[in-house]
Amino acid sequence: MGSLIAVYRRELTAYFQTPLAYVFLAVFAFAAPAFAFHIGRFFDTNRADLAPLFDHLPWLLVILMPALAMRAWAEERDRGTLEFLMALPIPLWASTGGKFLAAWTVAAAAIALTAPMWIAVNYLGEPDNMAIATAYLGALLLAGGYLAIGQALSATTANQVVAFVLGAGACFLLTMAGLPLVLSVLGENAPAALSEFIAGLSALEHYDAFRNGVIALTDLLYFAGLILASLAAAGVMIAEQRGGGR
Amino acid sequence: MLVADHLVKEFGGLRAVDDVSFTLERGEVLGFLGPNGAGKTTTMRMLAGCLEPDSGCARIAGHDCVQDRIEAQSRLGYLPEGAPAYPAMTPRAFVAFGLQVRGFSGDALKRATELALDRARLGAAASQPIGTLSKGYKRRAALAAAIAHDPAVLILDEPTDGLDPNQKDGVRELIREMAPEKAIIISTHILDEVPAVCSRAIIIAEGRLLFDGTPHALEAVTSDATIEAAFRHLTAGPRATVEAA
Repeated sequence: MGSLIAVYRRELTAYFQTPLAYVFLAVFAFAAPAFAFHIGRFFDTNRADLAPLFDHLPWLLVILMPALAMRAWAEERDRGTLEFLMALPIPLWASTGGKFLAAWTVAAAAIALTAPMWIAVNYLGEPDNMAIATAYLGALLLAGGYLAIGQALSATTANQVVAFVLGAGACFLLTMAGLPLVLSVLGENAPAALSEFIAGLSALEHYDAFRNGVIALTDLLYFAGLILASLAAAGVMIAEQRGGGR
Repeated sequence: MLVADHLVKEFGGLRAVDDVSFTLERGEVLGFLGPNGAGKTTTMRMLAGCLEPDSGCARIAGHDCVQDRIEAQSRLGYLPEGAPAYPAMTPRAFVAFGLQVRGFSGDALKRATELALDRARLGAAASQPIGTLSKGYKRRAALAAAIAHDPAVLILDEPTDGLDPNQKDGVRELIREMAPEKAIIISTHILDEVPAVCSRAIIIAEGRLLFDGTPHALEAVTSDATIEAAFRHLTAGPRATVEAA
């Protein structure tokens, strides 16, 4: 556990030693309310809730989480520091876990930057704060899932741009799978079991429950599974480096 | 202390390391010599647990570098080729990170960090981001990280590459200081380094071990009685393993 904490602290510090975390937080702080105000028409709904924010948040996360995750392993490979890291007596779960938790902390800080909107709806009306808190939990889990996917794909390349494109593409597909458009096309052309299976894989479907203020065990397990499976995949790919292409 | 037991490694059908075996005991400083592409770095990576051999095994203090990697690596200090380090970190933070991973904290962490920075002669550069330092200081920062936890085995891949003559002397002096308590391997292209710091030399070429003996025995390989002549003779001539006392 000590090595995980050491990696976590190093990674978190690394985010703030370069402009990356500041740019990321600034973009998120600007873009999340912009989505809510302009696309979600925050004031036009005449409702004291944060639905305009949470409806569009997955699309923002599809782009920004892979941007946060792309450096995780690609940068280590590019700079040669992966060899330094691989020569340290660290279990792979500690290095993948530490890197993931550091990125998730930055993502949580970004999501927390939307808190003024939560304060504003409390000032303007009487929202269901429990439902909003549940939606925030869903957003955090969705961000975690996307980050873990992004980090797994970052382990496949030494090029951060490639890692970003792969990560954003994978997150986009995982989100799209739950859209009514995709499901209706699948419903017409694919066996019912297959379209149900694909809908079940969709991050959007599981996020929707949280967005509607519902915490279900299946949705929690989905995100926990998504995060753990992606981190395990990252670990396997880094372990493969030791094989030297064997 | 360190064992390479019939190590073999291939990349895409090319045999980079071909049945290399040797052992190293505490108090020995082994100069690992060979032309470019001879398999020095690949062998060192296998010894450091960064690369798994296709066959054979490497052991540090009795711990297999693959099966028991964490135990083996906790007894190892490794300076990889090119001395990679995180450019945004200061040498002080870089050394401290390697120590924290190994469980150091509090006063012990602070003491070990400052001692390593001092021994690697980082000076005021210890507080500057590594990305802003010269090649020599970067190498010293990586060297400080390799020695900070006082490991029983040190594997240093070209530790003096890119250093000026004064800095080279400083690193050689440091290796001599540490030699009685550790088993040390240094790979180098600089043949002067062998008589200066090594008690033993190995020459490999095309992945095969060609010579294993003392620097004095290496000099005696040719009538010129120089290490340069022996190196040229062994690596450019017909392959024949020379075992020397």
